[in-house]
Amino acid sequence: MKFVNKKLKIGVSVLAIFLILGFIVPLFGPENPTEWGAYLKNMPPSSEHLLGTTSLGQDTFFLLAHSINNSFKIGIAVSLIATAAGVFLGLIAGFKSGLIDRLISLLTDSFIVIPSLPILILLSSFLKGTASVSFIVAILALFSWPLPARQVRSMALSLRERESISMALFSGESMIKIIVREIFPYISGWTLANFVNGILAAIAAESTLAVIGMSSNSTATLGTMIYWANQYQAMLGGRWLWIGTPVVATVIIFISLFLTMNGYQEYMAKRRGKNA
Amino acid sequence: MKFLKFLGTRIITFVLVIMIGVTTIFFVPRFMPSDPVENMIGQMISKQSNMTPEAIQLYRESLSDTFGLEGSLGEQYVGFLKKVFVTGDFGPSLAAYPTPVMDMVRRAVPWTLGLMLTSTLISWLLGNFIGLLAGFRKNKWYAKILEGMAVFLYPIPYYVFALALIMIFCYVIPVFPLSMTLDNMAFDWSTISTILKNSILPALSLILVGLGWWVISTKALTTSVVEEDYVYYAKLKGLSQQRIMMRYITPNVALPQITTLALQIGGVFNGALITEILFGYPGLGKLIYTGIVQADYNLIMGTITISIVSITIATFVVDIIYPFLDPRIRNT
Repeated sequence: MKFVNKKLKIGVSVLAIFLILGFIVPLFGPENPTEWGAYLKNMPPSSEHLLGTTSLGQDTFFLLAHSINNSFKIGIAVSLIATAAGVFLGLIAGFKSGLIDRLISLLTDSFIVIPSLPILILLSSFLKGTASVSFIVAILALFSWPLPARQVRSMALSLRERESISMALFSGESMIKIIVREIFPYISGWTLANFVNGILAAIAAESTLAVIGMSSNSTATLGTMIYWANQYQAMLGGRWLWIGTPVVATVIIFISLFLTMNGYQEYMAKRRGKNA
Repeated sequence: MKFLKFLGTRIITFVLVIMIGVTTIFFVPRFMPSDPVENMIGQMISKQSNMTPEAIQLYRESLSDTFGLEGSLGEQYVGFLKKVFVTGDFGPSLAAYPTPVMDMVRRAVPWTLGLMLTSTLISWLLGNFIGLLAGFRKNKWYAKILEGMAVFLYPIPYYVFALALIMIFCYVIPVFPLSMTLDNMAFDWSTISTILKNSILPALSLILVGLGWWVISTKALTTSVVEEDYVYYAKLKGLSQQRIMMRYITPNVALPQITTLALQIGGVFNGALITEILFGYPGLGKLIYTGIVQADYNLIMGTITISIVSITIATFVVDIIYPFLDPRIRNT
């Protein structure tokens, strides 16, 4: 614990608060916080409704908690798929080299520069906000694997030259065993940091689509909460808690995720004895 | 030789990117569970109940044509490529029948281009300047504050900046109009001032989006350049701080950042789309949104295809500029 830095501490603590808000608090709230007209509309904050109610008659606080929950779930699912696929492809490209490497690298580079949002909008426009959550997860994952793939590839290229790896190769170890036993310990720390970054990117992408009504509109996420608030002119009506809380929550979640990732990378670097 | 090799790889990547983009767009309607044309006709009728049967039939044909649903898959694909690269004809728009989609795209492009160019340039210059300063004077208090601010700005997604600016400057302190109203397109002071007044907030939100990343990356680059031997030698020679910063550090930091700029264009465009939609700014983003709201699929297909092709070209151009600015690559 000697190398734990301030960034990591702040990031993890704030993140923990939001994870509690997203995964534990909803257990004490109404069963379906998205249900319309469950309470009186546009109530000010009170002991019963901590953040008041929305113009659709939902409890703002529990709606927010529920939205955070779904946003995190989508983020984690997308990042799991993207990180796994990215690490896998990056390792193959780095170790197989030759034609396979060139093909994977070209594909990776192309996916990195392609503007993803128009394609995501096109995909979801066919479903007009009725997309299922798993569909959203699938298409977001499709555009999230290239960054980890590229980085893992360059790490694999440098790892391949290490003596311990050559030693293992010459002594007849199988490639899979080498990757699992010798390579993975090196990249596991990085993979974790990338996983956190992937969650951040996926929540950002989903909520961006959702704000313009292109995600799964009936699922409460940070983005759809803003979408519905905008649809019902929350700004014009001065319902700042309804539109403001998801925006503020998004900002804090993103900063804490970023601090966690950044702090963790510094922590790993210090532990390896480098000054990052 | 080095340059030719560089150019060769870039051209291959460029062609591949455009092909992947266009191919994805081609296959999307085909992977949808229901017949996209009938699906869209249904959506259109529900939006525009006053459509005559003839208009619907015309539109059905036009949509089948847009998606190229006639003939075998190979023929359809070739037809679609021809449409994208040769004729550029995406049929008429439904939202503004019978204006061709390409005309609307042509009108929107300068707006998006103007917004993106100005804000990217300002963001890049400002971010590089702050990053240089923060990296060069690493231990000064203001360097730490500037970097801290960048760390807070960087992870925030684009729509948050747009929403926050709208909330603050259109509702709480209403100094800027919520959406653009252009009375006439005459080239006079009132038109220019309206355009400026309406562009400040969208531009500001795009500048803020990019700023964090430029500051963080420039600072990291600067910190490593400052530790180079030639900078140390320059200090020992007794050169002034300004000269070291301007002649020894800035070129070595700014050049790699141009390549990064090429990688960022796609992201800036994503941001511009959202910003335009939220601010009602009359560019490509607004056009895509109009297409979605009015179920105008000719418009959506046309705008998105053109966006992807043009953004890829822009990325390619910026990428190619780099060797002309870097003497180390140019002269070998």
